[in-house]
Amino acid sequence: MEELANLFHGFAVVLQPFNILVMVIGILLGVIIGVLPGLGGANGVAILLPLTFSMSPTSAIIMLSCIYWGALFGGAITSVLFNIPGEPWSVATTFDGYPMAQQGKAGEALTAAFTSSFVGALFAVIMITLVAPLVAKFALEFGPAEKFGVYFLAFCSFVGMSKEPPAKTVASMMIGFALGAVGLDQMTGQLRLTFGITELLIGFDFLIAVIGLFGIGEILLTMEEGLSFKGRSAMINLRVVIQTWKELPRYWMTSLRSCLIGCWMGVTPAGATPASFMSYGIAKRVSKRGHNFGNGEIEGVVAPETAAHAAGTSALLPMLALGVPGSPTAAVLLGGLLIWGLQPGPMLFIEQKDFVWGLIASMYLGNVVGLIIVLTCVPLFAAILRIPFSIIAPIILVLCAIGAYSVHNSTFDVVMMLVFGVAGYLLKKCNYPLAPLVLAIVLGDKAEESFRQSLLASQGSLSIFWSNGLVGTIMALGLIALFWPMIQAGWSMLMPVKKGTRQE
Amino acid sequence: MAKKSKGAAVGGPAHRSVEAGVAIFAVVLALITIGGALAVGIDWGAEGPKAGFFPFYVGLFILGSSLINLWHALRDNPSDKLFAEWIQLRQVMSVVIPTTIYVFLISWIGIYIASLLLIALFMRWLGKYGWGYVVAVAAGTPLVIFIVFEKWFLVPLPKGPLEEFLGL
Amino acid sequence: MKRSSKHFLLGAVAAISAATYFMPTPATAAWEPTRPVEFIIPAGTGGGADQMARTIQGIVTKHNLMKQPMVVINKSGGAGGEGFLDVKGSKGNPHKIIITLSNLFTTPMATGIPFNWKDLTPVAMLALDEFNLWVNTDKPFKTAKEFIDAAKTANGTFKMAGTGSKQEDQIITEAIQKATGAKFIYIPERGGGAVAVQLVGNHVESTVNNPIEAVAHWKGGKLRPLCFFDSKRVTYKEVVAEGKSWADIPTCKEQGLDIVYLMLRGIFMSPGATKEQVDFYVGLFRKVRDTPEWKKLMEDGAFNTTFMTGDAFTKWVAAEEKRHEELMKAAGFMAK
Repeated sequence: MEELANLFHGFAVVLQPFNILVMVIGILLGVIIGVLPGLGGANGVAILLPLTFSMSPTSAIIMLSCIYWGALFGGAITSVLFNIPGEPWSVATTFDGYPMAQQGKAGEALTAAFTSSFVGALFAVIMITLVAPLVAKFALEFGPAEKFGVYFLAFCSFVGMSKEPPAKTVASMMIGFALGAVGLDQMTGQLRLTFGITELLIGFDFLIAVIGLFGIGEILLTMEEGLSFKGRSAMINLRVVIQTWKELPRYWMTSLRSCLIGCWMGVTPAGATPASFMSYGIAKRVSKRGHNFGNGEIEGVVAPETAAHAAGTSALLPMLALGVPGSPTAAVLLGGLLIWGLQPGPMLFIEQKDFVWGLIASMYLGNVVGLIIVLTCVPLFAAILRIPFSIIAPIILVLCAIGAYSVHNSTFDVVMMLVFGVAGYLLKKCNYPLAPLVLAIVLGDKAEESFRQSLLASQGSLSIFWSNGLVGTIMALGLIALFWPMIQAGWSMLMPVKKGTRQE
Repeated sequence: MAKKSKGAAVGGPAHRSVEAGVAIFAVVLALITIGGALAVGIDWGAEGPKAGFFPFYVGLFILGSSLINLWHALRDNPSDKLFAEWIQLRQVMSVVIPTTIYVFLISWIGIYIASLLLIALFMRWLGKYGWGYVVAVAAGTPLVIFIVFEKWFLVPLPKGPLEEFLGL
Repeated sequence: MKRSSKHFLLGAVAAISAATYFMPTPATAAWEPTRPVEFIIPAGTGGGADQMARTIQGIVTKHNLMKQPMVVINKSGGAGGEGFLDVKGSKGNPHKIIITLSNLFTTPMATGIPFNWKDLTPVAMLALDEFNLWVNTDKPFKTAKEFIDAAKTANGTFKMAGTGSKQEDQIITEAIQKATGAKFIYIPERGGGAVAVQLVGNHVESTVNNPIEAVAHWKGGKLRPLCFFDSKRVTYKEVVAEGKSWADIPTCKEQGLDIVYLMLRGIFMSPGATKEQVDFYVGLFRKVRDTPEWKKLMEDGAFNTTFMTGDAFTKWVAAEEKRHEELMKAAGFMAK
């Protein structure tokens, strides 16, 4: 129980009033970064860096880690309110969060999102505290084949569940893969599908596609329907928090499942994005209310948010122990370590005990402080929807443009954003699902890369994908997920159950 | 929602032709992808599958599924089903056109003035707000953005001659 | 009416700029940054260039070496091409500098993107980064010779992980194959950190990581450096791990593997920079080099601390480009 003693020591460090203040500043800044597209952790660090040199390394890293927590919380806000996910792992949150907001339940959706994030993060921190060494070891088991297995599983648990015609789902996903393949091929160092256009060298960034398809596309749909957001009646007092909390315990099963998926994905190199999609996909299949997912089901917010945060948090462990960040925001923390001359790696846990346990303690408290701050602001966020459309729409357009521009400092990307926006409108009207397209852009090239790395290692033999227990299990899970509808159908033939009626 | 416009008392493009158009566009995309893949090689080289291996098959999948979609689009949609009414499309274009101009203006006059114009246009034209209110929001937003992005978070955004003149 | 709104903005912007720019300008004529300086890393997070740039950011801020803040940004897209093209496109913007690795030469050669180092303004060579041959400590190899012999016996099944494709790591791998006849399967990863982790997890047999990228795992007892790809041993005598210092690690040449490869860690800035502007950054990095933090980084990462500026630096880079062209041609890595 040496860990617990260390942790309590860590708490003692973190609970100094100064450190709490530092936390609040970090969280607030992080939330702003999470909300405004185009701001990344690097900017937060740049602002806070001069400040942090007047404090101890522990206080400094607490501040920087709180930017991370704040940004994780903040990412859900725009997903729910405007259908614009700021980070890849908030995409799945839009599926039910945004319909909820449109039905006037923005407050509920936000409360559910924040609370689930907190639960996921808490679960992951507890896991880190108790089994840190085991987790780091598990992370090392992941070679290219295992990585591919995880991506395969993510795709399998997500496809085949959309209501849209299968040929449209396939077309949408494959277009996503094609867009994801544009640019430099990591494996051969060769350019492909760029046709000599220099701007395409770096490919299509997820953020630009998603801002266009989801954000701009949604504004166009709203315009077509007339000039108002439907969600004007959003409750804007704190009672909504209590009410939602009363409802949330019902979804404990989904939460627990999502926590486990999240933690598992977090310690693999795959990270939070597959976790959120996987968790949403599985919840949709397993839940009694799954048929209504996508129409504003609160469980559809709980599942991806819990998993994303469990993953985002548990991903910090391999980062600390191995020095490989799982996301750009996590990289900020890594940068923080380097700036203070702390070398991430296995020795960090031995040479810098105080620091590591202070950081872990700050994960507990940072999330509590973060939850309190964002929940207090729920009415404020929900009130944004009360702003008339003709004012908020151009402001969203401007912020989208800034977000698209600042991904690569390129006005070409702003043009692409608009193209994606019009495409999103047309595709949505023609009943093409957009989620598989986005999933393929985000994970497509990574999946391809690990597939090709695996085949390189095995010299072209596909048997590498069941060459050991771990990869074999993951691939089997993927196949089960893929054929789940058939399995389910077979099951219900054996055991007839009343099917829920479809709601429109 | 598209169902609402069934009955076609008011005109608009047929759903069928728009859907066919989208499918044809996807076919074009597929052909571009296949072409690009062939250019970098689709077989297996010394480093495993070549760069075009995956895009090639992805392209084939897009091609196949889009042809199915095209067939469905022409077969399944009643010819009187509307994509949207003209008046609705006009609403949509009233966002698309100013935004297109906005996007190109960014490179010329910077994002701040362009944003000011875009917001003012929306508020005045679509929202019919009084000029005082319009000016306050339209000028205030870029100002806040300037402070938050450039001054606070140190993100340089595109600027035009006016900012140059002011030495920002 | 539009005019009045413009005026409104004009006035407000002027007020803001007056408020935020009201800083005493130094009386001397020497140029100084007037805006935040963007420090571009044309590589991913956690790798050697990233670690160095972030350490510099910390040093500059901590010792207050510059009045304006320094913002570190990773632009790793297109094997670093994104970063290089960004700086190339910022002609006349003196607030943008970039740290380099060998992709300064290799990326344009392998992809044919319109970029050459001459498009940038050379500032200084900060150091040269070494390369080691790394193996997992689970494996019995203690010398490069033992390892190469085993690789030959394995008959082309040994895997070598490295950063990117057709870049420095693969160039070295290619050189090892040529020099010894042993064959490796080269597996590209996205960054130096990920490469080291693949070796720790025993998914590959070896890497040619920079010292700084794998030193943490050496200290943790997971990885072991077999030799330096340098012509003479480094001089860092401080014990790092296993009771050994960097100076105790032999050169690969001593072990019969005659390959020398060092990588530039240099600073370039946007095209069209004036002499004063270059001088400012040269001065800045001179100050950085004098700090204890920098010295610690150099020691941790067993860097070769050669410092060069001006013509000497430019000449060195030109020669290095030539060498890379030969290496890339020999390996068949040039874009068609």
